[in-house]
Amino acid sequence: MSDSPVDPEEVRHVADLARVDLADEDVDRFAEQFADILGYFETLDEVPEVDRDADLVNVMREDEVRESLSQSEALANAAETDDGYFEGPNVS
Amino acid sequence: MSLNAFVTEERIEGAEDGPLAGRTVAVKDNISTEGVRTTCGSEMLADYVPPYDATVVERLKDAGATIVGKANMDEFGMGSTTETSAFGPVENPAAEGHVPGGSSGGSAAAVAAGEADLALGSDTGGSVRNPAAFCGVVGIKPTYGLVSRYGLVAYANSLEQIGPFGETVADAAELLDVIAGPDPNDATTQYGDEAGDHPANAADYADAADGDVDGMEIAVPTNLVEGADEGVVETFYAALDDLEARGASYHEVELPSVEHAVEAYYVIAMSEASSNLARFDGVRYGHRAESDGNWNEAFAKTREEGFGEEVTRRILLGTYALSAGYHDKYYKKAQDARAWVKQDFDEALAGADVLASPTMPTPPFERGESLDDPLQMYLADANTVPVNLADLPAISVPAGETDGLPVGLQFIGPAFGEETIIRAGSALA
Repeated sequence: MSDSPVDPEEVRHVADLARVDLADEDVDRFAEQFADILGYFETLDEVPEVDRDADLVNVMREDEVRESLSQSEALANAAETDDGYFEGPNVS
Repeated sequence: MSLNAFVTEERIEGAEDGPLAGRTVAVKDNISTEGVRTTCGSEMLADYVPPYDATVVERLKDAGATIVGKANMDEFGMGSTTETSAFGPVENPAAEGHVPGGSSGGSAAAVAAGEADLALGSDTGGSVRNPAAFCGVVGIKPTYGLVSRYGLVAYANSLEQIGPFGETVADAAELLDVIAGPDPNDATTQYGDEAGDHPANAADYADAADGDVDGMEIAVPTNLVEGADEGVVETFYAALDDLEARGASYHEVELPSVEHAVEAYYVIAMSEASSNLARFDGVRYGHRAESDGNWNEAFAKTREEGFGEEVTRRILLGTYALSAGYHDKYYKKAQDARAWVKQDFDEALAGADVLASPTMPTPPFERGESLDDPLQMYLADANTVPVNLADLPAISVPAGETDGLPVGLQFIGPAFGEETIIRAGSALA
């Protein structure tokens, strides 16, 4: 699988897109494993095109007010809240 | 030693009366229980306490069941051995020193060891059937849409269903009767032309466990038998001979599409996982890292600390498969393979009542055996993942042993054909 496009830089880039920090030793190990796994996924090229007859129906209901979590229940698992709001890190 | 089958042992009493009164149930720890922490086997949710019950938990309580604890599992349902839990691996009570299978290994082990009469797991690519086979118990993966997924912490929505475990097929079927049905909170539960017309309304699964296989036609997909261990194959055919002696007959079929099911399954499951697990940002619930950085940096650090290796691997591979330039190469091709698998199964089921195969191609692995090689672990699911791709129901029942290790036999039925696979399975267990 040496022609695989997965080098450590690519792993870092994907980790960045996915918002997961990676230790340096993880990057190298993942790069090796991804080459194997993605190489295996490439056998999907042998799959013929198939008609998909999706048999789906939408399930609708009236848009009405119903019972729901209270504000304090919704906030109960947050690490930080402020005046009834979730508090997150700075955006920039 | 302790099996480590539970992450949290806590009794939740149900109603006084009901079809499950006096029965104890273990609930996989990715199914929400109001007021009782639900960790998904992850550091990320180690302290998460859901403010509501999953629909299946409400139904258990209404049926009079006593929940005895939240069962250990592979982190977020990602694994085939229940060794990736942040709360430690689970021992297999039916084969000490071996894994219980995954990802619902705690649920299967609890039933096998008698720590619960029944259990709930979830099956995304075999996560109920695989541990049922490895622990020598019965597990059912229902048709997609039969059981509500409301309150199940999502991993791969288009594939996963909550399913029951029992020591016997009749036990598991009784639990299925309780949890199956439409749910206005889950739009993926099946409705017929009339709202509320759900297949479970007209079915009695426990009644179907009558062991009567006289006249039943079984098809054996050779592609799902050829790669299996010799001892597994022998045990499988001995069980089929048993069924034949009781009036069933079987023939072989070829299902070429299943040779690509594992690739398709992992591309789809990882893609959905990368999207679903984006919700774990440390803001509304779950672990939150100490960080002075901006939102992106804090988010990335929270996720590094909260997720284990297998979860990170799947999020990254899923992100890769969906990223610009690769979507057509991986995800679109995987959807083609999924449609092909469905078509193949439909054709085979046109000429048979059920399909039969070994549930797992090998007996239970020794602990630690597959952890270093993720690809090897993924390949172990070859016989179970095609069923999830095709949205079909399947059951794993004990078929016997090879070298003292449990072997499971899988029956696959047509969509909403749970009664047929339950009938077939009940002839063996």
